[in-house]
Amino acid sequence: MLPELGHFAVALALAVAILQTVLPSLGLAFKRPALLALAGPAARWQFALLVLAFLTLGYGFLVHDFSLIYVANNSNTALPWFYRLSAIWGAHEGSLLLWIVILAGWGYAVSRRVHELPADIGAIVLAVIGFVGVTFLLFMLFTSNPFARAWPAPIDGGDLNPLLQDVGLIVHPPLLYMGYVGFVVPFGFAVAALIKGRLTAAWARWARPWTLAAWTFLTVGIALGSFWAYYELGWGGWWFWDPVENASFMPWLLGTALIHSLAASEKRGVFKNWTVLLAITTFALSLLGTFLVRSGVLTSVHAFATDPARGVFVLGILGTIVGGSLGLYAWRGPRTLAGGSYSTISRETFLLANSLLLCVATMTVLLGTLYPLVLDALGMGKISVGPPYFNRVFVWVMAPLIVLLGLGQSARWKEDSLHRLLIRAALFGGGALVLAAACAVSLAPDSRWRAGAGLLAAFWILGSVLAGIVQRLPSRSIWQTLRGLPLGFYGQALAHAGFAVTLIGVTLTSTQTIDLHTRAALGATLSLGPYEVTFDSIRDLEGSNYRATEGQFTITRDGELVRIVHPQKRFYQVRGVAMTEAGIVPGITRDLYISLGEPLGDGAWSVRMHIKAFVRWLWFGALMMALGGFLAVRDRRVGQPQLAGLEQTNALGRTS
Amino acid sequence: MGGTLWLGCVLTAAAADIPQTFADLLHAARYERLLEELRCLVCQNQSLADSNADLAQDLRNEVYRMVTAGQEEAAIREFLVARYGDFVLYRPPMKPLTGLLWFGPLLLLALVAMIWRQVARGAAAPSAPLEDADRARLQALLGSRPD
Amino acid sequence: MKFTVPLAIFIVLVIVLAVGLKLDPRYVPSPLIDKPAPEFSLSALDPPETTITKKSLGGRPIVLNVWASWCVACRDEHPVLVELAQKQAVEIIGLNYKDTREDAGAWLVRHGNPYRQTIFDPLGKLGLDLGVYGVPETFVIDAEGIIRHKQVGPLTLQIWREDIEPMLLRLHDATKS
Repeated sequence: MLPELGHFAVALALAVAILQTVLPSLGLAFKRPALLALAGPAARWQFALLVLAFLTLGYGFLVHDFSLIYVANNSNTALPWFYRLSAIWGAHEGSLLLWIVILAGWGYAVSRRVHELPADIGAIVLAVIGFVGVTFLLFMLFTSNPFARAWPAPIDGGDLNPLLQDVGLIVHPPLLYMGYVGFVVPFGFAVAALIKGRLTAAWARWARPWTLAAWTFLTVGIALGSFWAYYELGWGGWWFWDPVENASFMPWLLGTALIHSLAASEKRGVFKNWTVLLAITTFALSLLGTFLVRSGVLTSVHAFATDPARGVFVLGILGTIVGGSLGLYAWRGPRTLAGGSYSTISRETFLLANSLLLCVATMTVLLGTLYPLVLDALGMGKISVGPPYFNRVFVWVMAPLIVLLGLGQSARWKEDSLHRLLIRAALFGGGALVLAAACAVSLAPDSRWRAGAGLLAAFWILGSVLAGIVQRLPSRSIWQTLRGLPLGFYGQALAHAGFAVTLIGVTLTSTQTIDLHTRAALGATLSLGPYEVTFDSIRDLEGSNYRATEGQFTITRDGELVRIVHPQKRFYQVRGVAMTEAGIVPGITRDLYISLGEPLGDGAWSVRMHIKAFVRWLWFGALMMALGGFLAVRDRRVGQPQLAGLEQTNALGRTS
Repeated sequence: MGGTLWLGCVLTAAAADIPQTFADLLHAARYERLLEELRCLVCQNQSLADSNADLAQDLRNEVYRMVTAGQEEAAIREFLVARYGDFVLYRPPMKPLTGLLWFGPLLLLALVAMIWRQVARGAAAPSAPLEDADRARLQALLGSRPD
Repeated sequence: MKFTVPLAIFIVLVIVLAVGLKLDPRYVPSPLIDKPAPEFSLSALDPPETTITKKSLGGRPIVLNVWASWCVACRDEHPVLVELAQKQAVEIIGLNYKDTREDAGAWLVRHGNPYRQTIFDPLGKLGLDLGVYGVPETFVIDAEGIIRHKQVGPLTLQIWREDIEPMLLRLHDATKS
């Protein structure tokens, strides 16, 4: 009975979503404020209904209701309860439900703040979210119903994909979806601006905290996915430029561009057309990502099992929503988006250059991801575009971005002198150069130049962040000044410093890591850099839903024990899938990473051992970026015109 | 079909993972570099270095044989391309068909530079709207707030 | 004008994606099509003393089927081959790939032997030269020893009728004239 209730709730949610779209539209067309006001309650009801549906599906997993086809395919009586819950989003149908619940959740969040917006703008944003909801609910009901039943019910289920049986994977998808589905809100604001035919600085102020919030979630989600790949896939990689990874990376890059462009539009009312276009395309890339993951047009380790009908449906959604909004942009854009003035060298032009370059980076990833598909579609043969391409090209695209980031970091609004900026840059740039050179000299000669260049880039950014803080310190109490600085300032500094930290991690991991793939006999001691690793023993053990072979390795350094690790080779019987659980000794400057390969006979095993230099820094940097985003969202100046001064600027903004 | 191929990637009961040894460090480096840049045809999202598939081990052995026989990187790549096509190369070859792929980012950067010049010219235009002057005055009155 | 550029780019993108939906991203076309088949000299599965070479198979179009006793999908495909061998005058040559003589022999006894001859390739050398990556695979080779077609994955009667049979008929005609 409960699953039918869930199914019914989804159908009802569709009806409510239709109302959420249609009523405000009618209200707008016939100037009926009462109809506009219905958008909020509709968003709340839709969210409540979808949460109910989600809970009933979760209950099905909890009580092993294998009459549900989706539960039977993705769960098992031997599966621990927390994996049974995360199994809700372990495959296509359930994760689609999660996608829609999160979409409705953002709609709910907007409805809670809608009173801060002009009634028509708020209603349009909610109507847009409602419309996206309608299309995805139709998609679910027609092609991907997680509540479908089969009689007779199987006695036991097919188990959750073992790749997903991991704590990291419990939270990774929800965070990721919170991120890229969240870009629906700035998208809604963009559509509202185009429909209303006016775009004020206040508009950017409303859209910005939502964008920052979505971006923050996406940052954490991507970092978590990368961390998961590192310890779960068994060979210590952390980014593969896999199409599905790219699908989440592209909205992140463009979302970053959007944040910077929004800052310029908010503070100075400039680049409105560019900001609106970014708001549309960022969400477009989120939808494109959804298409790439769920249609099967590209091969990927992460892709869901797919069928062509779903691909056609999602492509239809993509075409309708993005095509419609870009059409609106082409039609209404010219009359909506003029205005603003600035000088060639000013904070806003640096922000524009920055967002343009991020856009180039996004297009580069898109190009590499879709190029094989394009050639194939044109019948020109098959090629592969992989890490060697992306690593090479991405460096050249990022280089100018990093140079400008350092330069523009503390440029003044409206007008600044290049002379002043260059002198300041020479100061911290010189410091960065000396520091990077000092580090590079201490490194192995074959990777010295590459590592030095990466470190220089990172120190250059850190230097500019520091210079930005120092610039704000007047002669009076330092503490008072630091306390007086707005959260948004700290958010920005922290995010940029986080980017530098990630850069350090990327640079050192990819140049200073030591890899060893070797035959290890039982009892043998191998040397790994400064460490000695002894293969002590191997044993079989029984997990809840898998069998495992577990090795024991003792790691010492100069005769002192560092750690004993137990890497495993697991075999999940139900799906007949083997998995590697690496033995990892985490550390600030390096991780020791040992994974068990295959038996080679005579008790010997093939073993992979790595010293991953500074690998944690890349995720730590991402967390700093996310925290920076969080601080910026919390900044009371962002989004809420509560300070007296801003109130007035706001008033001025409205007249523009 | 896709399903059976994919199973080969995770069903590693019969998988081979033989560490190779090299007398020449140059050969070892060449071997590692090649494996990173060659795509497994069975586990299509893994390089030969990472793949557990049987075929990957066969190809690794073949690459090992050729590297230790002193063959150049280009010759080894050619050997595999002759059998499996450009698909095996994770770094696409530079040729007319991939021109846009390799030079596309450069073109985009050039485009950005052009847009930039246009923006700079627009910025140089002197007529600041009244609204802006107002705002500047307001800002001055309020004292410049740090951003 | 410039406001319509994004829309135009997007429309092109959607068209490409729509075409892409019809394609199989996992399929790797063989660069060997219309190229001479590799030279080889391997022993037959049975009897082991017989040596099979490219030359010994030449003179008429053949269908070369790559199989192994450990290959699950081959079991699904096999009845099709047996039926074709019985009904039609097609010459199917087997290429037993990375297998043992015992396993392969027993497998043919159990499931039937549709092959006029089977090449025994325990190390997968010929397989490598043919660019085999997913057993079963089926090649069509013409009388001059040129590879004309490659099918990756199990053969079905439908694939046979639509792709391979017409190709064979054409090749036969070409040989006669």
